[in-house]
Amino acid sequence: MSNHELIWRIAGGSGDGIDSTSQNFAKALMRSGLDVFTHRHYPSRIRGGHTYVEIRAAGHEVQSRGDGYNCLLALGDSFARNPQEEAYYGNEEIKPLSENLDDLREGGLIVYDSGLLSEEDVAELDLEERAAENDWHVFPIDLRSMAKEHGREVMRNTAGVGVTAALLEMDLEHIEDLMEDAMPEKILEPNLTILHEAYDMVTEEYEFEHDLRIPEGNHDEAQALLSGSNAIAYGAIDAGCRFIAGYPMTPWTDVFTIMSQNLPDMGGISEQVEDEIAAAALAVGASHAGVKAMSGSSGGGFALMSEPLGLAEMTETPIVLLESMRAGPSTGMPTKPEQGDLEFTLYTSQGDSARVVFAPGNIEEAYEQTRLAFHVAYEYQIPTIIMYDQKLSGENTNVPVSFLDREPAPSLGSVVTEADLEDMPHDETGKFHRFQHDVDNNVSPRSLPGQKGGRYLATGNEHTPSGHISEDADNRVAQMERRVEKLEDIRAELDEEHDSNQTYVGDELADFGIITWGSSQGAVFEAVERLNDDGHAVKAVSVSDMMPFPEAEMTEFLESVDQAMVVEMNATAQFRGLIQKELGRYGEKLTSLLKYNGNPFEPAEIVEGYELNSDGSDADPSAQVRIEPAAGD
Amino acid sequence: MSAFNAIGEERDIDRNEFTPGIEPQPTWCPGCGDFGVLKALKQALPEVGLTPEEVLTVTGIGCSGKLNSYLDTYGFHTIHGRSLPVARAAKLANDGLEVIAAGGDGDGYGIGGNHFMHTARENHDMTYIVFNNEVFGLTKGQTSPTSPKGHKSKTTPHGNAKSPIRPLSLALTSGATYIARTAAVNPNQAKEIIKEAIEHDGFAHIDFLTQCPTWNKDARQYVPYIDVQESDDYDFDVTNRQEAQEMMFETENQLYEGTVLTGRYFVDERPSYQEQKKELGEMPEEPLAERYFDGDAEWERSYDLLERHK
Repeated sequence: MSNHELIWRIAGGSGDGIDSTSQNFAKALMRSGLDVFTHRHYPSRIRGGHTYVEIRAAGHEVQSRGDGYNCLLALGDSFARNPQEEAYYGNEEIKPLSENLDDLREGGLIVYDSGLLSEEDVAELDLEERAAENDWHVFPIDLRSMAKEHGREVMRNTAGVGVTAALLEMDLEHIEDLMEDAMPEKILEPNLTILHEAYDMVTEEYEFEHDLRIPEGNHDEAQALLSGSNAIAYGAIDAGCRFIAGYPMTPWTDVFTIMSQNLPDMGGISEQVEDEIAAAALAVGASHAGVKAMSGSSGGGFALMSEPLGLAEMTETPIVLLESMRAGPSTGMPTKPEQGDLEFTLYTSQGDSARVVFAPGNIEEAYEQTRLAFHVAYEYQIPTIIMYDQKLSGENTNVPVSFLDREPAPSLGSVVTEADLEDMPHDETGKFHRFQHDVDNNVSPRSLPGQKGGRYLATGNEHTPSGHISEDADNRVAQMERRVEKLEDIRAELDEEHDSNQTYVGDELADFGIITWGSSQGAVFEAVERLNDDGHAVKAVSVSDMMPFPEAEMTEFLESVDQAMVVEMNATAQFRGLIQKELGRYGEKLTSLLKYNGNPFEPAEIVEGYELNSDGSDADPSAQVRIEPAAGD
Repeated sequence: MSAFNAIGEERDIDRNEFTPGIEPQPTWCPGCGDFGVLKALKQALPEVGLTPEEVLTVTGIGCSGKLNSYLDTYGFHTIHGRSLPVARAAKLANDGLEVIAAGGDGDGYGIGGNHFMHTARENHDMTYIVFNNEVFGLTKGQTSPTSPKGHKSKTTPHGNAKSPIRPLSLALTSGATYIARTAAVNPNQAKEIIKEAIEHDGFAHIDFLTQCPTWNKDARQYVPYIDVQESDDYDFDVTNRQEAQEMMFETENQLYEGTVLTGRYFVDERPSYQEQKKELGEMPEEPLAERYFDGDAEWERSYDLLERHK
């Protein structure tokens, strides 16, 4: 059955080992030949608080979370602080079970730890009644006792994996191998015992009345399980980036950590510094001295980078910055995804923006566009920003290992050597003309401190060709136009020399289009596939080039449809606004489907949005999303 | 072969090399102490054997930020308060460079105070000159972090209620390993202190008193000054943290009572940040910037990290 899929959700408290367990489970599924896609939902806490990871696995390509899920492993929250109902956050211990019931599909499985969750608490959920209504198969199993008997209580998660593997008739081989790779001897033995104990117990003692089994699949070549953060970090490493400066902030910390763990072994430098102003300023300083450098943060930290970002624009210092969005404003919801920082990222810092912004839509695009970001930054001497979010940062999917079998690209771009400098223009005082007015592609090659014959002044003030501060009107106009017009040259290069960063799916002849950007891509594409399978004619484009805007491509797309729905995770339809600003028309064609409750889109929500829009219905969507009508409606 | 041949170049250095061939007209007022810093630097740099193109002068914003407009080296005139993070990264990227950061008292002790504290703490191998004129000059005379208590300006019409910051004590507490105060009116001492600061392996902080004849209407000229090393009235050991602390405290107090004390206050041999990072394997032995010019360099690939993802 081609649409046969497993969506396994492991739910517990932060600290119950949800992340590591799910990572191994996802790899085991991948090794068994399945495509996998993970989604992480967690609170802004170290211990306790309901968290889950969902793994979708199928014998065919999966590029998004699904609609709901079909197998729950509810560990309960062993770190719950207020197990009383009167507490502000309610009974937290049982949330991994109670909070996950609404999304469970008909016929789904529920395994919960009856050793942690009390009978009385479970009774209050009307679980039996709901199970009967939905054909759920419920397995209360004392995982805690099993874990304590052979090891430690925290090994409940291993017992749970053993139980679900047995219920799904999944071979333990890959799980065992992965445990052997990941665990030190001392904890490996008890974990293996617990795994088998749980597996055998279920196989022997339960009669299976459920239909759900592990799907079958096969890969042509070895796969690697990568997160969006891995992909960005690896793109940077392969682009020759050997300097990163940062300050911890969720979700940006993931990339910062991966880079910091790898760079020292690669002869690179990682600097954790006092604040994000310093972090971005360090990237500027390192790049100025001749190193490929990056920094980044999430919304609030990125706000602090506004001024160094402007300095990089004015001094034409190449840097790559990451903006790992989370739900705002202000501290917002630190561990929840949102695409609310688009306008902020495009325009923050004083004066006219001269920057490049890419928003990759999936793991492979994250890698490619990070490489491209370094190329563009260093060739055109311009800050380039990768925008992504908590969703893309933490989601894992499998890519063929050959995808990363690529040549490194460490070129510093438009820099000169000492030999070049001998024939290049200098002023009467011997200063190098590092900011020439009339140059190819509007790029004036730069020298680096320490080179003979290359000295100049870099300054955030307006400046002459050799860098002297100047408010001369003619010089001002020449320099300003050169800086801003670089964006047109970059647009031309992107259009002519690279594969498009925009991705298209669906029925080319369709007159209904869906437009999305960044990490909402996967859910949109799946929705489009379903709609076309169901006989609708729909196409979609996922846009990554935020600046410079892909004007030609978007005009062509919008000309080809009667109506287009812009799908994005924010409340004020920021990308729709950008399209209208850049193209100056199409307001009457563009509607929006918006979601900003802290959870990413599910495909069904987009299908419904299409249905309501194409019917011209003014009915409210059933999910927590909003439809924003076209201008003039 | 190095791609940066100005670094470590052995040759005779002309005394005027740091003066631009066509000297731009400084925007500083006649009588400004900033001229004194410029002059002392121009003298000190050749005397320690440095050539213009192996020096990177990184400045902040304010009158002092114009320093590298009039000093012929590689220069980076950054943004207000941020000279230090830019400067220290350049040093990390290419530690063959001689990096000198400079800015005013508002720039370094006010808006950039956090960077001052952390750059000192980390002990980056560089020199930081703070032009301390006790006032915001370029914005026309507002009270600054080093203005005396009671200082009146357009933004503090009833007088400043804040006690001034203690720059030397702050540097000491934060972890700077060479701390001195000099004055524009004392060019010989200034030159010597700058030389020592440049040659010091670690974060060298110079609180440089620069009179502002335009906005500091009390017309502080920082004369007469007393060199604490030369005066018989003061006796302390610059390598003794406690004695240095006491001497700094007194110096900071005396300034506002009309006695200008200057000299070296603290010298410590703690290893520089670069040395410590190299020792931990967190920084390459060869300057990172050189690698980008090395045609034979082998660049690691993420492909070789994939084992952990399979």
